[in-house]
Amino acid sequence: MQRRRFLGLMGAAGVSLAASGKAKAAGKEFHGYPGSNAVLFDATRCIGCRECEAGCQKVNDLPMPEKPFDDLTVLDQKRRTNSDNFTIVNKYDVGREKPVFRKFQCNHCLEPACASACFVRAFKKEPNGSVTYDASVCVGCRYCMIACPFEVPTYEYHEALTPRIRKCHMCYERQLEGKLPGCVQACPKEALTFGDRDTIIKIARERIRTNPGKYIDHIYGEHEMGGTSWLYVSGVQFDQIGMRDVGTTSAPELTAGALAAVPVVVGLWPVLLGGIWAVNKRKEKIAAQEREEAVKNAVAETQEKAQQKMSEALTKAEESAQRRIDNEVKKAVDEALKAKEEEAKGEGEDSKQDEGEGA
Amino acid sequence: MSAETHTGSKSVMTPFNIVAGIIIAAGLVVTVLRFTGGLGAVTNLDDNNPWGIWIGFDLLCGVALAAGGYTTSAACYIFGLKRYHSAVRPAILTAFLGYALVVFALHYDVGRPWRLPYPIFVQQGYTSLLFEVGLCVFLYLTVLFLEFLPVPFEWLKKTKVRNILVKATLALTIFGVVLSTLHQSSLGALYTIAPSKLHPLWYSAYLPVFFFVSSIAAGLSMVIFEGTLSHKYLHRMMDQEYQRHHDVVVLGFARACSFVLFGYFMIKVIGVAYDNTWHYLATGYGTWFLIEMLVFVALPCFLYAVGARDKNTKLIKWTAVLTVLGIVFNRFNISLIAYNYHLPSSERYFPHIMEIIISVFIVTIGVVIFRFISTRMPIFYEHPLYKSDH
Ligand code: SF4
Ligand code: SF4
Repeated sequence: MQRRRFLGLMGAAGVSLAASGKAKAAGKEFHGYPGSNAVLFDATRCIGCRECEAGCQKVNDLPMPEKPFDDLTVLDQKRRTNSDNFTIVNKYDVGREKPVFRKFQCNHCLEPACASACFVRAFKKEPNGSVTYDASVCVGCRYCMIACPFEVPTYEYHEALTPRIRKCHMCYERQLEGKLPGCVQACPKEALTFGDRDTIIKIARERIRTNPGKYIDHIYGEHEMGGTSWLYVSGVQFDQIGMRDVGTTSAPELTAGALAAVPVVVGLWPVLLGGIWAVNKRKEKIAAQEREEAVKNAVAETQEKAQQKMSEALTKAEESAQRRIDNEVKKAVDEALKAKEEEAKGEGEDSKQDEGEGA
Repeated sequence: MSAETHTGSKSVMTPFNIVAGIIIAAGLVVTVLRFTGGLGAVTNLDDNNPWGIWIGFDLLCGVALAAGGYTTSAACYIFGLKRYHSAVRPAILTAFLGYALVVFALHYDVGRPWRLPYPIFVQQGYTSLLFEVGLCVFLYLTVLFLEFLPVPFEWLKKTKVRNILVKATLALTIFGVVLSTLHQSSLGALYTIAPSKLHPLWYSAYLPVFFFVSSIAAGLSMVIFEGTLSHKYLHRMMDQEYQRHHDVVVLGFARACSFVLFGYFMIKVIGVAYDNTWHYLATGYGTWFLIEMLVFVALPCFLYAVGARDKNTKLIKWTAVLTVLGIVFNRFNISLIAYNYHLPSSERYFPHIMEIIISVFIVTIGVVIFRFISTRMPIFYEHPLYKSDH
């Protein structure tokens, strides 16, 4: 399965994007600077004398270890590089009469994971093959250590304020002066061969071809992680001497898909989200309009009803008022009539009435 | 604000303050050790294990759990779900504090913290996914700050500035979603560079998608979870509007989260199928992976659905806790447990007690600041001056 194909974030758009990302990565594929140097390590020649370690220590002014380099008992333990040792040799018991030794240091990848991962570009693949490091910009995030498949970069964990990443730099300065890397120069057994990478690969092939049965048919580093400037030949399988199968995909290719998704997100998301927002806004507006209309209708209806009621009430009121007036009039007329009648009746007995009233 | 009557009479020596005080004191001690003795003095990190819980928990989990900010404001302002309006402020505040603390925590982890602006202002490593994370976090923190600003301005009654900021809400929200999409996913993409170090069940070219989708679930669950906590401890600060909407928010988010978790489960299965890693399921790591998938993804997916259907807010709240734990579990698996799986156990990492102290210290600072702000400013209630003005 190819892992580099990262299907983008959004269905079809993502697929076409991943395809284009892949094409781009392929177009930019980098096979190292022409004529850049490399070192071949031959595990069949290494005797575990630790001279290379001593040489590295000397040319890089690294602190001398507690136990001297000619004390070979340290080989009984598996070691790794650290901030005081850029290279170490390990001993592997592979079930043969003699153990196999393997030197270990930065592999100086053609497309270094460390450089691709560093967010301040502290690492640089130099034209001569070295991968160098610039402490003056390093933040100390240690992502390079996460990224390096060979577990090479180390860190000054006990440095309070100015910790650095430490690793082999293939004696970059010495190379510029035309000198060999410290370890290559120190090796008494010619287990290390320095030269330009194409020649080194030819030499390695030649050794495998002309010594049947001595080597396995694999140059570790020719394709690993997109190729490295440090190459290995061995008489035993590489995983038996602590070298994992890290695949042949280079670091930039591994992350190309994820990086290619950035412009898509930046370009498409706002449009998409803006669109959703606009649709919702429109929906809301329509809803609001409808609501308004409904309210209007309701208001109109109630108004009508109210008017009707009012007019009804008015007519009722008018009616009752009329009735009241009528009643009043009737009453008044009645009273008037009554009064007249009484007047007429009372004229006869007027004097009598007056007396009675006066009393 | 009825709060004054409650807080005014309280003494400083509350259990909360005492515990917080002890943690902060311990944190300060470790801080001194860290910046005088280097990382080696307080952590178990080494050359094989350069990232520990300060990255695994403080950064990866911190950022995922602060996703409530963009999910809630997107739901409210972009998807027009106005009924979630009351949840926006607490979510924005949490997200802002969350990100600020993530950046604060990074100061402990990186070697030269004063150089943190370097990748943006001095020399840009464009090819690095960490560059993308850094840039997005920096920009998003700014966006969150602007989104949060209306709160203190309301508190200070600076209406003019406040209104300008409120007008920018939509633009800020969209910008926030873009930035969140990018850095939530690139946190996962950080690990795509190391296929040989991360266990195949967790390594996938889809890691960015996994991280992005799970961050939505994390965000929604955190809003529910935190709402519950605040309800318990900050009830007095909440206005009726907030309280009335609380259950609506919880039910709606539960339903949404159930969907998201379902989708997440499916794409994880696709991931396994795509890389054809089925056979690893029978190993020890496979069991661990199945626990993650079944207990922390499938189960909460189901429980959220049931909770939303039955309007069972209690169940939903416990499911939120389960989901939040699931996110932490997942981020730990990728950054610590499945990472470097090829190393013998003697070379594996386990956090030093002082690393844990710093992480707890940072969370405590977050809670203290959250409490300080939400008991003083209009977070859970609408400011009387700016009521229903949105
Ligand atoms: S081996 Fe590691 S440190 Fe060396 S160049 Fe390759 S990625 Fe960088
Ligand atoms: S530790 Fe330094 S060199 Fe390594 S990735 Fe971070 S900034 Fe770059």
